[in-house]
Amino acid sequence: MKSETIMRWGVRFYIGIFFIYLFIPLIIMGAATFNNSRFPTITPWKGATLKWFEALAQDGAMWTALWTSIVVAAGVLVVAVPIGICCALFLSTVQGRGKVFLYSLMMSPLLTPGVIVGISTLIFWKGFSVSGGIMLTVIAQTTFISAYVMLMVLARLQRFDRTLENAALSLGASQWQAFRRILLPYLKPAIISAAVIAFLQSFENYNTTLFVKGYDTTLTVYIASKVRTGLTPAVNALGLIMILTTVVIAIIYELKRRKEMTQLNTK
Amino acid sequence: MFSQLKARFGSSLSIAIIAIIAIWLVGMVILPQLIMVDYSFRPNLLPKEIGGIKDTYSLSNYETLFSNDIHLSIFVKTIWSSVLVAALTLVVSYPLAFYLAKVATPGQAALCILLLIIPFWINEILRTFSWYIILAYKGPLNALLLSLGVIDRPVRFLSGDSGVMVGMVYAYILFMIFPIYNAIESLDTNQVKAARNLGAGWIRTHYRIIIPHAKPGIATGCIMTFMLAAGSYAVPALLGSPGSRWFTQIIYNWFFEGGDWNQGAAYAFLLLLICIGFIALVMRIFKVGLGDIAR
Repeated sequence: MKSETIMRWGVRFYIGIFFIYLFIPLIIMGAATFNNSRFPTITPWKGATLKWFEALAQDGAMWTALWTSIVVAAGVLVVAVPIGICCALFLSTVQGRGKVFLYSLMMSPLLTPGVIVGISTLIFWKGFSVSGGIMLTVIAQTTFISAYVMLMVLARLQRFDRTLENAALSLGASQWQAFRRILLPYLKPAIISAAVIAFLQSFENYNTTLFVKGYDTTLTVYIASKVRTGLTPAVNALGLIMILTTVVIAIIYELKRRKEMTQLNTK
Repeated sequence: MFSQLKARFGSSLSIAIIAIIAIWLVGMVILPQLIMVDYSFRPNLLPKEIGGIKDTYSLSNYETLFSNDIHLSIFVKTIWSSVLVAALTLVVSYPLAFYLAKVATPGQAALCILLLIIPFWINEILRTFSWYIILAYKGPLNALLLSLGVIDRPVRFLSGDSGVMVGMVYAYILFMIFPIYNAIESLDTNQVKAARNLGAGWIRTHYRIIIPHAKPGIATGCIMTFMLAAGSYAVPALLGSPGSRWFTQIIYNWFFEGGDWNQGAAYAFLLLLICIGFIALVMRIFKVGLGDIAR
């Protein structure tokens, strides 16, 4: 029994260390925002200040980049969500030999490095004389974000009871009505989650965007360029705001998801 | 296949579904990759020379890599370091995934998973940037080590590959934990108990019962982390120095500084081949199929 106790405490110790490792970097980055120092650091501590938030608010390039990011993410959402839904509907309906191949093909953008998705898109569209910019960024990001949407919608579709559809059809509904009134409402939560994920994936993307952005700059690219040239704690202020926003979205999303899960389980 | 779709959705909706999938798969997934490969075998020409006599297929873009010692060593280093990143991430993740799946109470596990997901939602650039602050020459890690008396003078963590690898383990750890967690969770706890009752020690239980069961998860995690590490531009760009360049940075330079897209396409295709090769190798070693990985 003694070794069991040691084991248990060892595991607890490891879990504790792990979560410290996970959160300390984010806390240090947040804390550095308030340090009255020219560089983002917490050592040495030179007193608290809020001036870096002001500096951030006056950074015009940052606001332009933020707007570009929102436009790109909205574009990706509009294109990738329908593609992902179609793929999920297709995969949940058809059976047969080609299915495994098509599924692998649809998954392949997720197993391709992001830089390569960006490069191939850039080269492909050069043939049509389209150069890098917002449009190409939307196209390149859609290539792999569609696959995320597909996976999320497919997960919910697999729990769908087909007899509901058949009942509607035999009661005289057209196929379109059955889709519109039965399947789509059932899929709605998954579609909303997928849309949130698609938006965030687009917003935070760097590796793909870098190759197709042309002269436009998204917020993520802007932050990276700031880190490499002209780094001030204003970057931390921006980071802190983004982290807090994401944490709020993440918690809302998780709580909603769990509520749905318990509803499903109690039914 | 179409008849199955038609029976469920009617013909017009089915046509729309197939058309949308086809546009995506052909226009965004397949053709761009093929054009990139085609590009990589052609020379870099002026616009008016394209289609002329000089526009012939050759392997010269690939020969460049093997005749350039610096590029070749960076290529090899990128692969090797990415394997190391995957291995390190696996070692760090496995105990936690096991704890979450089999030791923790449901309440504890739910809390831990929520805590794990939060950093996962945060931008990769920001997570990497936070390590830039920690590892800086005058940063908190050096300050801590100095005050503890572990080192006499600050260490330049950001001038070698180690900083890049630390950042990558941090950035991609969740791609390892979740697949392993999902795999271990599906293991019947009675099997673990049976092994223990029959006298197997903890190490043997892991080695003979849990790890074999977790194989698909381990394979997925390794593939994802390797692919993300080998294809990362963000982490080496932020945490690396000119002396610790990553292969993706060489590719970027061919495109936007060297202005030789054909050469860049060849390098990019090599990177893709390495990733495909790694996926095939891992699937072989762990004896899992593509269907197991996607989950």
